[in-house]
Amino acid sequence: MIWIVSIVVLVMLASAIAVLVLPNMIAAVAAASVVSLALAVLFALMKAPDVAMTEAAIGAGLSALLLAMGLKRLGLWQLED
Amino acid sequence: MPAIEVVLYSGAIGLSIIGLTGLLLLNNVFRMLLALVILESGVNLLLILSGFRLAGVAPVILPEQLSNLSAIVMNDPVPQALVLTAIVIGVGVQALGLAMILRIKAQYGTLNMLKIREQLEFDLAVQSGVATPVSAHSPVSLASGRERQLSNHKDEQ
Repeated sequence: MIWIVSIVVLVMLASAIAVLVLPNMIAAVAAASVVSLALAVLFALMKAPDVAMTEAAIGAGLSALLLAMGLKRLGLWQLED
Repeated sequence: MPAIEVVLYSGAIGLSIIGLTGLLLLNNVFRMLLALVILESGVNLLLILSGFRLAGVAPVILPEQLSNLSAIVMNDPVPQALVLTAIVIGVGVQALGLAMILRIKAQYGTLNMLKIREQLEFDLAVQSGVATPVSAHSPVSLASGRERQLSNHKDEQ
């Protein structure tokens, strides 16, 4: 249990730093989605299943979709940087 | 404090610190929105942790447990309900910020915080009559501030 939680927390913190330093905006949005997904796993491990479901559906899914559509409109949707 | 709680608290506080650092230090408005999302996630994790018990179960009472309610150890459901609402409101705030960023991009043509602030202060000064709409570096013309911005926008593209 402690090892699973440690690994998930490490992945979460690493992708949170990646959001701030990655030069490509699509990669930054994807890293923000990974943060939300790791957070959902943590909530499920902490015996809060309802919050985990909401975080996975809304925090990782809808929010990433919203940000990606915003990127498209801002003209930052470039795979090569 | 058990080791697992130490790990979880360090994760929550680290996430909040990373988000706050990004919000303070970054220069791109869109990336600041992403940092705000991260800060929000860290605060949500901290709130859930306040109701976390190591031996607790999910806050659901089964019918066979009704006879001895005092024997159940469950996590506090109140922070969970709070965070459930906070996640949804967070996405709403994110959509509002994104709409503002789209308007900023349409008006000023840039996402750089410093350039936006410079333009905004100049516009405020022009509207209050402190500065003249034509800057000293541009050729003298009768162009208004709005048209000057549009030409700047074209130049950048």
